[in-house]
Amino acid sequence: MSAPLELALGPVLFNWPAQKWFDFYARVADEAPVERVYLGEVVCSKRQPFREQTLSLVAERLARAGKEVVYSTLALPTTRGEIEAIGAMIAAGRTLEANDIATVHLLEGRPHAVGPFLNIYNEEALALHLKLGATRVCLPPELPLAQIALLARGNSAVEVFAFGRVPLALSARCYHARARGLGKVACQFVCEADPDGLGVTTLDGQPFLAVNGIQTMGYSVVAAVRQARELAKAGVAALRLSPQSCDMIRVARLFRDLLDGHIAEQEAIEILEALPLPGPLSDGFLRGLAGVRLLHERGE
Amino acid sequence: MTPELVCPAGTPAGLRTAVDAGAHAVYCGYRDETNARNFPGLNFDRGEMQDGIAYAHAKGARVFVAINTFMRAGATAMWKRAVDDAVAAKADALILADAALVAHAHEAYPAQRLHLSVQAAAATPEAIAFYRERFAIKRVVLPRVLTVEEVARLTAAARPCETEVFVFGGLCVMAEGRCLLSSYATGKSPNMNGVCSPPSHVAYNEDEAGALTAALGGFTIERFAPGEPAGYPTLCKGRFCAQGETSHLFEDPVSLNAMALLPKLAEAGVAAFKIEGRQRGRAYVASVVRTFREALDAMDAGRAPDPAALEALMEGGRDTAGAYRKAWR
Repeated sequence: MSAPLELALGPVLFNWPAQKWFDFYARVADEAPVERVYLGEVVCSKRQPFREQTLSLVAERLARAGKEVVYSTLALPTTRGEIEAIGAMIAAGRTLEANDIATVHLLEGRPHAVGPFLNIYNEEALALHLKLGATRVCLPPELPLAQIALLARGNSAVEVFAFGRVPLALSARCYHARARGLGKVACQFVCEADPDGLGVTTLDGQPFLAVNGIQTMGYSVVAAVRQARELAKAGVAALRLSPQSCDMIRVARLFRDLLDGHIAEQEAIEILEALPLPGPLSDGFLRGLAGVRLLHERGE
Repeated sequence: MTPELVCPAGTPAGLRTAVDAGAHAVYCGYRDETNARNFPGLNFDRGEMQDGIAYAHAKGARVFVAINTFMRAGATAMWKRAVDDAVAAKADALILADAALVAHAHEAYPAQRLHLSVQAAAATPEAIAFYRERFAIKRVVLPRVLTVEEVARLTAAARPCETEVFVFGGLCVMAEGRCLLSSYATGKSPNMNGVCSPPSHVAYNEDEAGALTAALGGFTIERFAPGEPAGYPTLCKGRFCAQGETSHLFEDPVSLNAMALLPKLAEAGVAAFKIEGRQRGRAYVASVVRTFREALDAMDAGRAPDPAALEALMEGGRDTAGAYRKAWR
């Protein structure tokens, strides 16, 4: 038997108001059965100043509660200021999650985590990153279970995106601002109005995508309920739960119970579906299908 | 020095067309998942690649072989074989995206010239330094999301590594190599399968009034009025609804045309101008390559290129300087 599978709480990808963000982590520290918490802004550097003051307070509180705290970094750093801010975090001795190859370069071999925004699709890319100091690697969310299993073999570093709206794309352009007829520079922080992202539908009104600043996500909510035990068996080190505005403590408990065999898959699905989720549950990527395919959709 | 012109070669005939029309270099790939334009009817088998490279070399043009998808777990041999074969065929450069494949090529063939594909999304001095310092890449193809000023700063910071920029053709609005939109909607992935918004998943539907809708993977993302020319439903150029408004949320169905910016980009120090379009027909490639070559020759002679020269080629007459102008964001 390999070590029991951990639960990791991914960084909040959305622009939650400072108080909501602070209260969320207070509850996580006190109640969430997760071993590891990723903290910090991944999508847009303009959101950072509002949380910077409370960031170390939150980190301390999580650490006191026994959580391993990792600071997430920008997925698409572009400006000098953004790169320098990452350099400053490294200089301050924080344990980082790299979400861009530039950050891996800046880390110069120091131990770190790698987030789902780097392209680690095969055993050799994984080995390369482990050699560069990665101790934990969250794989790209489009990888199917069979390939995840190949990658999880012989190491205890692989983390899998297991819950939440799945990140699909990044752009130099802010679509949240564009949807409101604004530009990225004078965005008026319109993304704050959508704690789970802004839903995007097709011309037929079919729910399809969600916009979160410069990031595009799936409308559906990934839930690796049917694959959780298989992933554990394959030697995956952790499941990543990506925060949505629903009760994430409930979500974390549910995955813990599922992994520990206290509840069945069907029960877990029913509990999840009773939550106010922003979209239907999907697991297409893990099944090697279009990511949009829902838990309830069968077949190829 | 005036930058070189790097042109698409989707097929052996396309390669000869581009070379004959004045390409300084062409780029092409093998007929499998190892390259990011893995479309039916395109690309080269091993013999065709050797012949194509020989043809280009005889005419003084260079050939870059794109092996720019990400290796599949448990099947990395396919990508390494592509590297072996391209080196044996005397490719002038390999265009790679997977860091592990870059590492392998650098180790196995230290003398081989390596270019970093746009699919590697290296858009900062630090990202470029990662590949330059460890794997001695000689050139990086920059994402299409940078302003001219950023291109100039990056080019200066990347030295001695060169930069290559897209100047014409399809425009990716998302960070390339980091986009799962097609994979989400169709199960076909640019990174894993070399396919984006594949034709196999496209369906057109005409209503009684003659209006046409286009769907990708079952999602209706474009509508054309009766008589309006129907475009291809590429995901990020589709029409979507958000907050009760229907719009081209991500990007209008436009193509990149940086013809007017060529002098500024040359001033920025880029080594090469790249034309997108390995999936394009030979007539299109011939006229685009010829037009750009004339513009470069004009620049060489101290004259400004004529931006109107390309107008006839633009899709629906609509083009954009894209992210090269900051207002795009």
